[in-house]
Amino acid sequence: MADTQGGRSLVVDAVTHRFPNGALAVENINLDVKGGEIIALLGPSGCGKTTLLRIIAGFIAQTQGRIIIGDDIVDPLPPNRRAVGIVFQNYALFPHLSISENVGYGLAARGVDKATRQREAQRLLELVQLPTMADRLPRQLSGGQQQRVALARALAIKPSILLLDEPFAALDKNLRLDMQIEVKRLQRVSGITTLIVTHDQEEALSMADRVAVLSHGKLEQFGTPSDVYDRPQTLFVNTFVGSTNRMPGTVMSSDRTGAKVRLDAGSEIIARPATGSLTEGGRVTVCIRPEHLQFVNDDAGFAGVIGMSLPLGATVVHEVTTADGTGVKVSQARFGETRTLESGAAVRLAPLAPALANAFPATL
Amino acid sequence: MGAAPAARDVTSYGTGLAAPLALFFLAFFVAPLLQLFWLSLHNDTAGLHWGIGQYLQFLTDPFSLSVLGSTLLLGAAVTAVCLLLGFPIAWLYQRVGPRLQTVIILIVLLPLLTSVVVRTFAWIVILGRQGIINATLQSLGMIDTPLRLLYTQFGVVIALAQVQMPLMVLPLITALGRIDSNLEDASCSLGAGSWRTLWRIVLPLSLPGIIAGCTLTYAAAITAFITQSLIGGGQMLFMPMYLYQQASALQNWPFAAAISIIFLLAVLAVVSVFTALGRLSRGYGGA
Ligand SMILES: Nc1ncnc2c1ncn2[C@@H]1O[C@H](COP(=O)(O)OP(=O)(O)O)[C@@H](O)[C@H]1O
Ligand SMILES: [Mg+2]
Repeated sequence: MADTQGGRSLVVDAVTHRFPNGALAVENINLDVKGGEIIALLGPSGCGKTTLLRIIAGFIAQTQGRIIIGDDIVDPLPPNRRAVGIVFQNYALFPHLSISENVGYGLAARGVDKATRQREAQRLLELVQLPTMADRLPRQLSGGQQQRVALARALAIKPSILLLDEPFAALDKNLRLDMQIEVKRLQRVSGITTLIVTHDQEEALSMADRVAVLSHGKLEQFGTPSDVYDRPQTLFVNTFVGSTNRMPGTVMSSDRTGAKVRLDAGSEIIARPATGSLTEGGRVTVCIRPEHLQFVNDDAGFAGVIGMSLPLGATVVHEVTTADGTGVKVSQARFGETRTLESGAAVRLAPLAPALANAFPATL
Repeated sequence: MGAAPAARDVTSYGTGLAAPLALFFLAFFVAPLLQLFWLSLHNDTAGLHWGIGQYLQFLTDPFSLSVLGSTLLLGAAVTAVCLLLGFPIAWLYQRVGPRLQTVIILIVLLPLLTSVVVRTFAWIVILGRQGIINATLQSLGMIDTPLRLLYTQFGVVIALAQVQMPLMVLPLITALGRIDSNLEDASCSLGAGSWRTLWRIVLPLSLPGIIAGCTLTYAAAITAFITQSLIGGGQMLFMPMYLYQQASALQNWPFAAAISIIFLLAVLAVVSVFTALGRLSRGYGGA
């Protein structure tokens, strides 16, 4: 279909931004986005996601670096000449214009005549499954419907890049899932290169082809969801994406394939060195996810005492305190006879398989 | 079984609380207005003969009608000048840092902090034959003979616009401040330039403020007795002065009362036009 003209590449080249008040919001960010990809910008609130988005859209002129869309360096272009579509967190629909006029607004700015505008708006409203809402005002629509309109309005200008700033944050859980599927469907249909800003790691992992994890204005990692989840490059990524247990230990031996670490909790574990090789005898933090720990019966693994067991629907999470006082969470799938574990019971824990743990050099 | 006590609606308070204000209005607003109306329905100054003669006299007298017309026109001109100058000021206010905002607010409010008489005399100094404007233009060699600025419609409009400016700017600042800045960004990202964004988004959404500002400015401009009289001089007659002459100098109280009532109705008509214009805009009441 006609929309498939989207899909231009986007390069964020060494972009740094310092606000006039001195706040360094974005620091030396490099992203290389292929045409048609969905990218998630993931990071905690205040890490500079919105700033980066507004730089790409042209609302903020970055202090350093370049933005390249397709083959063009767009830095000299004002926002209205970048052909970048934005969906704002609060949708930012024009309250005094009808839904049809909202969707057709960008076409009107391009001098498209009224009849064509209305036809195109109707086509887009059908695309976002709101064909009967054309004559309503934004305030007469629900949050999810307003979001669909905002999406249709952004798509109407056939943008080369689509930017979404925390698009689902204001929606309740069920609607959020619907809209995530909807956005992904529309993106697949149109093939438009898409950047989604989010602080929700599940959203990032489920929607994006690649995830850029940001912290304090710096890019921590840029990779596929499984890279980010299974092979985190930094301790921050490991702890921010998914939940994890952090256990201190000492490196016994290390080579490229794995490191043998003696945990302070009392056993040896094979862990993946997250950054290059680790020095023997060096202190490390081993990250192991709750779902990668299991209870063992013999004297393998390390000992601990059950604190509390929380049944969370499909899984049960047990809180265990190890011999060195570290708190550890263990998540067990709930099947048939899940062992009931009394508070205070002595247990032994071991990882499910080697190299599911990641070792990071301990910071002082 | 006894009826359950009616649950008290927390939003409905006894209207008794409004009684003092209601009494105040009754005594000092409604009553004098009724008295005025009663007075206007007399054909003679002594108030002995009932009739609508005063109204007929006003409405058939070309001079009276021209005074009414020029007063309403004066209000329109002052309102237009205030809107054209005030909107950019309010727009600027929303775009500058907090320090400049304080400066703008101070400049806008300053007229309210000085007496109307002082401000009006300042305008006489500026607009007079040997005033600042004429002196400057003459020293620049742009004119030979002084321009007549004082005692002209132009002078009255300019002076009134300055005096009433806060009434326009303050509602506009409030209205512009309530517009979500994302809307302008959205407009811009959709390809609209600054003028289209101003015309299609900012202006329609600030309409409540524009209506409020225009209503206030208009009402204040047409009733501004002191400025109208001092800058207009003897040459120009507006309704407040006309009324004053009839009541005070000529002691023709019934005719003065009729002028008041007609003036009041004319103003109400203009204000309702403003309000109706506001209702027409669909964005009224915000998002
Ligand atoms: N206009 C601004 N002026 C100064 N500092 C700002 C401005 N906007 C954002 N910041 C700062 O930049 C940092 C990043 O903000 P932002 O990009 O909004 O983060 P995020 O969208 O990830 O929550 C924050 O520390 C914030 O305080
Ligand atoms: Mg943000």
